Amino acid sequence: MERRTFLAGLGATTAATTLGLGRARAQDPVKVGFIYVGPIGDFGWSYQHDQGRLAVEEEYGDKVQTSYLESVPEGPDAERALRQMAQSGHSLIFTTSFGYMNPTLKVAKQFPQVKFEHATGYKRDANVATYGSRFYEGRAVIGTIAGRMTKTNTIGYIASFPIPEVVRGINSAFLAARAVNPDVKIKIVWVNTWIDPGKEADAANALIEQGCDVIMQHTDSPAPLTIAEEKGIYAFGQAADMKEYAPTARLSSIIDDWAPYYIERVGMVMDGTWEATDTWKGIASGMVKIGDYNNVPEDVAAQADAIKDGIVAGTHHPFTGPIKKQDGSDWLAAGETADDGTLLGMNFYVEGVDGELPS
Amino acid sequence: MDLSALNPVAIAVSLIVAATPLVFAAIGELVVEKSGVLNLGVEGMMIVGAIAGFAGANVTGSTTFGVLCALLAGAALSGVFAFMTQVLMSNQVATGLALTLFGLGLAAMLGQPYSGIPAPDFPRVWLPVLSDLPVVGRLLFSHDWLVYVSLLLAGTTAWVLTRTRAGLVLRAVGENHDAAHAIGYKVVLIRTGAILFGGACAGVGGAYLSLVASPLWVEGMTAGRGWIALAIVVFASWKPWRAVLGAYIFGGVTIAQLNLQALGVAIESQYLSMTPYLVTIVVLVIISADKRRARMNAPACLGRPFFAAG
Repeated sequence: MERRTFLAGLGATTAATTLGLGRARAQDPVKVGFIYVGPIGDFGWSYQHDQGRLAVEEEYGDKVQTSYLESVPEGPDAERALRQMAQSGHSLIFTTSFGYMNPTLKVAKQFPQVKFEHATGYKRDANVATYGSRFYEGRAVIGTIAGRMTKTNTIGYIASFPIPEVVRGINSAFLAARAVNPDVKIKIVWVNTWIDPGKEADAANALIEQGCDVIMQHTDSPAPLTIAEEKGIYAFGQAADMKEYAPTARLSSIIDDWAPYYIERVGMVMDGTWEATDTWKGIASGMVKIGDYNNVPEDVAAQADAIKDGIVAGTHHPFTGPIKKQDGSDWLAAGETADDGTLLGMNFYVEGVDGELPS
Repeated sequence: MDLSALNPVAIAVSLIVAATPLVFAAIGELVVEKSGVLNLGVEGMMIVGAIAGFAGANVTGSTTFGVLCALLAGAALSGVFAFMTQVLMSNQVATGLALTLFGLGLAAMLGQPYSGIPAPDFPRVWLPVLSDLPVVGRLLFSHDWLVYVSLLLAGTTAWVLTRTRAGLVLRAVGENHDAAHAIGYKVVLIRTGAILFGGACAGVGGAYLSLVASPLWVEGMTAGRGWIALAIVVFASWKPWRAVLGAYIFGGVTIAQLNLQALGVAIESQYLSMTPYLVTIVVLVIISADKRRARMNAPACLGRPFFAAG
């Protein structure tokens, strides 16, 4: 009995504190919920989403009430967290990681009056919209820099999970690097986690030991940057600028800016124009930003800027043929650009990438 | 695949870095369990140690002071556990789990001002001549000082537990608290001491993560290492040197799989990522297969509350 009452009390307090409930307001504000895969203190992916949430609060003031749940594991736990949010009067819920896709759709079916927005996924429903950023555009820019800056001609890539989003980033970075440096190779390590600083650091060390002198990452913590700084090689900020962690080693960064999108979508719920759309925008829209260059020689910076400007102007597509798949089969003919459908479901490496893609 | 690209010395050095936090936490928990107390709050104490160590080092610029802060913070948190379980007689399992949840939350709160700043450099041992030796120098004589402390800690613990009167008393309390009480040993006091020691060790293990392994503060950065340390204690059948071995095997498999991936070995990375955990489970199964030996190793009063009768 002692244990039961204790656990019940514990459950109630965690739910109340993490949801930040209990700030009732007079004129029924719109309740907007966010589910994060990491802690908002990761200073990366989840942190940037939370910056978007804060921007929504600032924009709408008393007319909106936001709450969030952080460090929600992908899978069944996410379903419980989502249901809890849907039941507590939220009219719009953002689920901000790929692994929330199926839980989001499942819970959305049970709560047709609640609107859902799932980041980086591809399944929609009457009340489920999807949104994402064309991070691969940013990868093309920093891939260009990496290709020029590597002296060992070996770039290390710390990858999280073999989902299309991550595979696309690897391919885009590699193609951009090879375009400016035909001898470049890429070594990929999958850590099977979005955030574990210790493991990310171990992965960075393993890559450095095997000759990589520029490291890219598709994980959320700044640990690889601190290792790069310590070992005197180069790396890039991921999701957030991360300059403070590696003032010398960080060459540039890919920054996610979700604020304009979140403000727009909350506004649509308020005036009743919300629809289950699919949004996938990149550098041109400002959803993907490139951080300041640091320690990048002028001619390299100019080359990276040319790629960036070309993407903004629509004259350059990071996936422009001729490109073959890793197995040597043809993918894109000369001059042909990849269609969004293939990019969104990308499950193959392009030619020149070593190693096998985990399925 | 070219295996010659693997540098065994470099792998060994990374292995030691990956294993050392586990050595600290596991040795601490081992002593706690030897005294008959099961503290499942290792993860919570580690993460509080991680932020305390990081904060202490950043405020003063001294990593040594940071480690001291971590030690005290881990001990302080375990003090809460000791008070709850030894004085208020709360359930050890529930209190330990609560300690983990509390520690994670507390560390997140304390850590807010420390996100986004790097840690001061952690000094490495450098011995004239010895550290410059090829292979051996890098392998044995140029780690950070906490690595040597962790091994010294394991050795001292093994010695105290088996060769001294204090160790005998501690084990007596863990094996049969009623008998120990009857012949006049202060069970609650001895257990409280063991719990505080365990908390201090876990705290230092956490500080190793935030000051040496990946010198930064990120919420939740222990990422389950406290639970691994708990598994290692069982894996080691409550023997300090086996706990060190367990931590090094776990660290070694982790590092080896990352290196093999970088080499481009065609094994699916999910399986490689699983291997450290699989190895732990397999060893646990082997160890517990012989029921009588397993029972002999586990402290008989582990997890049982002690009421002083009469």
